[in-house]
Amino acid sequence: MTAPLLKVSDLRKSFTVKGGPLGGPVRKLQAVAGINFEIFPGETLGLVGESGCGKSTTGRLILRLIDPDQGEIRFQGQDIATLNQRQLRPIRRDLQMIFQDPFSSLNPRKKVFDILAEPFKLHRLVTNGKLSEAVTDLAHRVGLCPEHLSRYPHEFSGGQRQRIGIARALAVQPKLIIADEPVSALDLSIQAQVINLLSDIQKEFNLAYLFIAHDLAVVEHISDRVAVMYLGRIVELASAIEIYRAPRHPYSEALLNAIPEPDPQRKRKPHHLSGEVPSPISPPSGCTFHPRCPYAEEICRQQEPALEEQAPGHLSACHFSEKVGKFRNRPSDS
Amino acid sequence: MAHGFFQDIMWRRLGRNRMAMLGAAIVLAMFVMAAVAPLTGYEPGAIQISERLQGPSLHHWFGTDDLGRDVLARIFYGARISLLVGFVAVGIASLIGTALGALAGYYGGWWDAVIMRFVDIMLCFPSFFLILAVIAFLEPSIWNIMIIIGLTGWMGVARLVRAEFLSLREREFVQAARALGASDFRVIFRHVMPNALSPVLVSATLGVAGAILTESALSFLGIGVQPPTPSWGNMLIAGKQTLGTAWWLSVFPGLAILITVLGYNLLGEGIRDALDPRIRE
Repeated sequence: MTAPLLKVSDLRKSFTVKGGPLGGPVRKLQAVAGINFEIFPGETLGLVGESGCGKSTTGRLILRLIDPDQGEIRFQGQDIATLNQRQLRPIRRDLQMIFQDPFSSLNPRKKVFDILAEPFKLHRLVTNGKLSEAVTDLAHRVGLCPEHLSRYPHEFSGGQRQRIGIARALAVQPKLIIADEPVSALDLSIQAQVINLLSDIQKEFNLAYLFIAHDLAVVEHISDRVAVMYLGRIVELASAIEIYRAPRHPYSEALLNAIPEPDPQRKRKPHHLSGEVPSPISPPSGCTFHPRCPYAEEICRQQEPALEEQAPGHLSACHFSEKVGKFRNRPSDS
Repeated sequence: MAHGFFQDIMWRRLGRNRMAMLGAAIVLAMFVMAAVAPLTGYEPGAIQISERLQGPSLHHWFGTDDLGRDVLARIFYGARISLLVGFVAVGIASLIGTALGALAGYYGGWWDAVIMRFVDIMLCFPSFFLILAVIAFLEPSIWNIMIIIGLTGWMGVARLVRAEFLSLREREFVQAARALGASDFRVIFRHVMPNALSPVLVSATLGVAGAILTESALSFLGIGVQPPTPSWGNMLIAGKQTLGTAWWLSVFPGLAILITVLGYNLLGEGIRDALDPRIRE
């Protein structure tokens, strides 16, 4: 097996939450509570979970847009968790990000040409004479025309803006792209286009993706492996096929049940995930999923299950992982 | 609403606002007055005792003062003083305010705490009395006045810029620039600052009116621009003794101050409304 491109070990980050306007007690919000995973060259790892589970924080930690409290981020064997911003600069060529909101991710005061020229200038990738050619070429790769380059971002639709964002990330020819919900702000038909664009450029450049999403349906299409996150922890990690065929964690099962069913004739079991995500400021004892879990028993309230290999390459953190599947909507062969 | 609409929509909205256009016309007229002051045909300091205290006439449209100087010429030359004070003072205030607000908003934490507490302290003093106190120790020259008005007027700008920076630094295009390896300097000046300056423009326009008013008040009290240099404030006080007999000495400079301040306020408020995303067309 090849060496992993990225290896994250025991990554942790908490934010302090200030008490009310009168000072109140300062509390800690554990956004990422010790996670481990690897991404191999050319692979797509999907990272799914509800809003607030720490998946975006994970992405930003890997890019060092936020500083981690603890843990290692090994990129091509080098621990980048402790490097300062200057030392990080050469690594940023290999590690890029695509953002969720295409209306916020482009500087409204810059023309598309300048937005796409910035990475070339920052890393001195081309000489000034070749800059215009390089930018035009880059725009062409993501399906933008040369005449688009002299326009401002607000003149574009969401899908086109996302293409600009993708082009910006591609400019430095990275090895890993963190895609933070790159399609969730887009119309369904545009989502498919952007996902296809992402898979095309993946094949062309042998890119690896950390594909963050809150929706398993989107992730299924593009991911090789999927990690499911809940309250700052990875609760299940397996190949995409495995997770869809036989989830080993009740939370993954619940997420799969939440995927809309295109066939209205088909009967669904009445089970839905009940309750809200508990506050990460005071997470539940034991397994943090137990208040919402249909399988929960006494042990779940007391002991936090470890993320263990249940089948080859299939990790799950559940005391009753072998029982999971009882509440599955769709038959396992679908 | 995205900031990108500003350039396009702001000017269109501003052009449609009649009061703002009136303000812009007044502001423009003041620049013209300052530029064509020599064309009035009189030196602002030319004493002509034989023609003293004459009422408005064809020769002296706004009359003459107790030394026979042409009031119209003095008002035109006074516009230069007012413009200079207004723009230099606001320039100083905007520069200091923008720099400190940017530091506080972008870096947060310790920088933010120290700078914003300093702002609070500065705001504790009623600024006019602060200016009076400082002027009492210094020579009352026009440069001193501009600097002091500037040094006591930056706090509002600092708060505005800080707030803009706080929200902009979390925006994804700023994160993207950081992810590409842009230095703090580049992120601040190329990405955040251009998007943070719109409210500064509004505050600067309104600030010019305030600075002109402060200068007039100081000159009126005799600690601003010193005679014989004409300023609207010192012309106003010079006409006070003869208000009953020679009304034109006080009324014309007073009107000049009133109309100018009104003009800047109308323009400033027009720009503010044009930039306000909540006001729909």
